[in-house]
Amino acid sequence: MAETALTDAGKARTRPAGLPGVAADWSSDQRAFKNVSWGKAMMWIFLLSDTFIFGCFLLSYMTVRMSTTVPWPNPSEVFALTIGGTEVPLILIAIMTFVLISSSGTMAMAVNFGYRRDRVKTAALMLVTAAFGATFVGMQAFEWTKLIMEGVRPWENPWGAAQFGSSFFMITGFHGTHVTVGVIFLCIIARKVLRGDFDRQSRGFFTSRKGHYEIVEITGLYWHFVDLVWVFIFAFFYLW
Amino acid sequence: MAEVTLNVASHAAMQAVGPAASHAEGQQHPIKLYLVVWGWLFVLSTCSYLVDYFGLHGHLRWSLILVFMVLKAGLIVAVFMHMAWERLALAYAILLPPTLLLVFVAIMTFESDYTLLTRIVFFKTGA
Repeated sequence: MAETALTDAGKARTRPAGLPGVAADWSSDQRAFKNVSWGKAMMWIFLLSDTFIFGCFLLSYMTVRMSTTVPWPNPSEVFALTIGGTEVPLILIAIMTFVLISSSGTMAMAVNFGYRRDRVKTAALMLVTAAFGATFVGMQAFEWTKLIMEGVRPWENPWGAAQFGSSFFMITGFHGTHVTVGVIFLCIIARKVLRGDFDRQSRGFFTSRKGHYEIVEITGLYWHFVDLVWVFIFAFFYLW
Repeated sequence: MAEVTLNVASHAAMQAVGPAASHAEGQQHPIKLYLVVWGWLFVLSTCSYLVDYFGLHGHLRWSLILVFMVLKAGLIVAVFMHMAWERLALAYAILLPPTLLLVFVAIMTFESDYTLLTRIVFFKTGA
């Protein structure tokens, strides 16, 4: 972000600590997010809007679950798998959780190696992250197939309240779409990293702007957010 | 505040070296920190899975689920998403608005209680 940094060169960056500092940053005629590039700030603001989308989904799920007179299906049994003759509750969802957390770990390390300008390690870790993400989507496809075969539909299911199916397909479907988009995003950026676009300062095909290694961190923000949403879905939809 | 002064220094250094080195800065933290957080996320996920595995129920179940969820979310946002090291103006702008969802939760709790009541009154006795 050399351009913005140069524009700000004359300005003092020190601020009082705590809330007075926040007020000073937000007061008139200046950039509110001083040392945050526009790319990162915009990703955060997008994630904030996405928070509200998922927040509304989980809220509508809460509302239909609280207001139905029919008993809610027990997710512990619905998502159980029979392994070696014994029924293990929720095991597939647990594995999916661990897969997604692992992908978050590799992503965090990719960001770290990106700032160290280690091209190969960054791209490799991003591709590992994408592979974990694809695994997650694959397991979700398996889960959807299993439930659809058992007769779960958005309007009915064999175990109880009809709203279970609509909430399930809506919430996990939207989350799965986010993961899929993230995998594509990761692959595109990993390719750019590996090609050395950010070392050679080559311009992007779409924006014609010079790329920076910060894009790895921005991609990471999106990816961690997907993991973050899963934390809430896991707690509220599968465990509650 | 140490963070801010550090940024002043790094920006000054950056301008001295020129644009080519401008993005050598950014969020630099030891790998070990990420590995520790990663480990904790595994532990917390296992704990929340065990809540279901052992079939805990009632308030104990709900509070444990919420505690593990909040801890996991906090670790991801603070460390993996680097919010702990971001400027306070950004942290507040991003983290405060979602808390309004809690107000929405309260509103919808009343709403669904009312819906449930009307359903019980009109569907159960009317049928």
